[in-house]
Amino acid sequence: MYMIGEKKATREAYGAALAEFGCDERVVVFDADLSPATKTGTFKKEHPERFFNCGIAEGNMMSVAAGMSTCGKIVFASSFAMFAAGRSFEQIRNSIGYPKLNVKIGATHAGISVGEDGATHQCLEDIGLMRTIPNMVILNPADAAEARLAVKAAIDYTGPVYLRFGRLAVPTIFGEDYKFEIGKGVQLSEGKDVTIIATGLMVAHALEAKTILEEQGISARIINIHTIKPIDREIIVKAAKETGAIVTAEEHNIIGGLGSAVAEVLCEECPVPMLRVGTRDEFGRSGAPAKLFEIYGLDAKTIAEKVKEAIAKKN
Amino acid sequence: MNTETLTSLKLSAANVRKMALEAVHSAKSGHPGGSLSATDILTYLYKAEMNVDPKNPKDPDRDRFVLSKGHAAPLLYAVLAECGYIPKEDIKTLRKADSYLQGHPDMKGTNGVDMSTGSLGQGISAACGMALAGKIDNKDYRVYAILGDGECEEGQVWEAAMLAAHYNLDNLCVFLDFNGLQIDGDITEVMNPTPFDKKFEAFQWNVITIDGHNFEEIEAALAKAKATKGMPTIIIANTVKGKGVSFMENQASWHGSAPNDEQYAQAIAEIDEEIKLLGGAC
Repeated sequence: MYMIGEKKATREAYGAALAEFGCDERVVVFDADLSPATKTGTFKKEHPERFFNCGIAEGNMMSVAAGMSTCGKIVFASSFAMFAAGRSFEQIRNSIGYPKLNVKIGATHAGISVGEDGATHQCLEDIGLMRTIPNMVILNPADAAEARLAVKAAIDYTGPVYLRFGRLAVPTIFGEDYKFEIGKGVQLSEGKDVTIIATGLMVAHALEAKTILEEQGISARIINIHTIKPIDREIIVKAAKETGAIVTAEEHNIIGGLGSAVAEVLCEECPVPMLRVGTRDEFGRSGAPAKLFEIYGLDAKTIAEKVKEAIAKKN
Repeated sequence: MNTETLTSLKLSAANVRKMALEAVHSAKSGHPGGSLSATDILTYLYKAEMNVDPKNPKDPDRDRFVLSKGHAAPLLYAVLAECGYIPKEDIKTLRKADSYLQGHPDMKGTNGVDMSTGSLGQGISAACGMALAGKIDNKDYRVYAILGDGECEEGQVWEAAMLAAHYNLDNLCVFLDFNGLQIDGDITEVMNPTPFDKKFEAFQWNVITIDGHNFEEIEAALAKAKATKGMPTIIIANTVKGKGVSFMENQASWHGSAPNDEQYAQAIAEIDEEIKLLGGAC
């Protein structure tokens, strides 16, 4: 489907997967006037009779999706993460989460990699917001291949799912034989000194950091957490026990996201030195994504530095 | 409408009012004012209009109802009890920690509730979603909702109004319970959402105005709504907050407070008097 190494945005894969798996007649797609950007336009082209533009009214879109799902439809409600999770938080909580309805929230343009549009559009809080809603499943794919499988898994799962996609083209990591299961973390490489637990496009940065660390004689295990909720406690605890130090990496505020979720598991089950890579409770700014990764410490170099700090804390 | 049907509807509505009051009195909290103002509308819908069957509450072809003004939950539960969806004796468990009857409607826990509501502005949107699903599947079912007048201060109501007209949801019929009062007082003084008729007309809805306590007008309005193609219908129902209980009528203070024992006894006595006049048994 996607070639390893091929650069493709997860939002592209979202639109393509909706078109591909949307042959299921139950699938209906909503957008809030962003279909060329969220890529739901790809679904619209294939299945126009099941695509509905809700206009620039995201809160309403979520509640309409909730009502429609009670009639047996699997509704994907799409917008930018900022307006899906942010603006529509309360509609998602009360109309979708509380009655545990079968609505999938397709949130694109998450994180700082939105780039030039700047802070108002760079959602760094969505995982935190969605994580606090009971019944919500949160999927944050690392590449196009995983994004495709996440869409399929969301269709097969009955209940609310928040899917987080990015605007930026990112390298494809996973091949044809990659298996995706909601709630199951994926160990991408062995390692004995430390574990880097990453999510979304930070998985690629973590793999780069591993190479940097190898050159310095440090063996880092890499785990991809595509499902932030329910989180795979087992793989995290095992990594803590076997490697003794953890660094999390996410394109999100260090408050409320993957780092918080992993810390919650570790402090309850296996406390070890742990550091978080993410934005440090601050807003983003306009700029080229690569430059912003560097400014906000979301690059491989920063991950490698944090890894060394975490290892130093072991003794 | 023949006299027999009219009397029967009036008796049902009186019983529903009594149960809604019993629920709020027993809970020592809840919303009697807006439950009583919408009683005649909801009683008519479930008793005389909607294609629903308490024995088959999940029938995919049934008509749907969404209580957008979810705080009128005591009314919804009373109607569901009157129609046999839930046992009448459960009414007095409203808002208690071991009861399924939540302060605001919970579709997961209560038989017959089509949508969880309570956060204002969201129910009408959900009703739009149900109506749109009916259009996709070419189903004949209709979707009904009751909207509060104060609720129309929520911007989402107008987002939903836009969507319903845009997608020509003529299978959607919304009642506006226009009792004129919200928690902080007269709706025109708190944040004037009127004129409703002109606003909904401008949003491309079929607008009908009636006396919301007159069953014949409710019947006629619903017939007109059904006959209207290509656009959703709003029935602006002029109502009295607290209708049927003398000391609650037109008092904003009865929006969200429960009667004490003495007040409750008086309220029930007044409704029983009406039931007697109608020739019913109390």
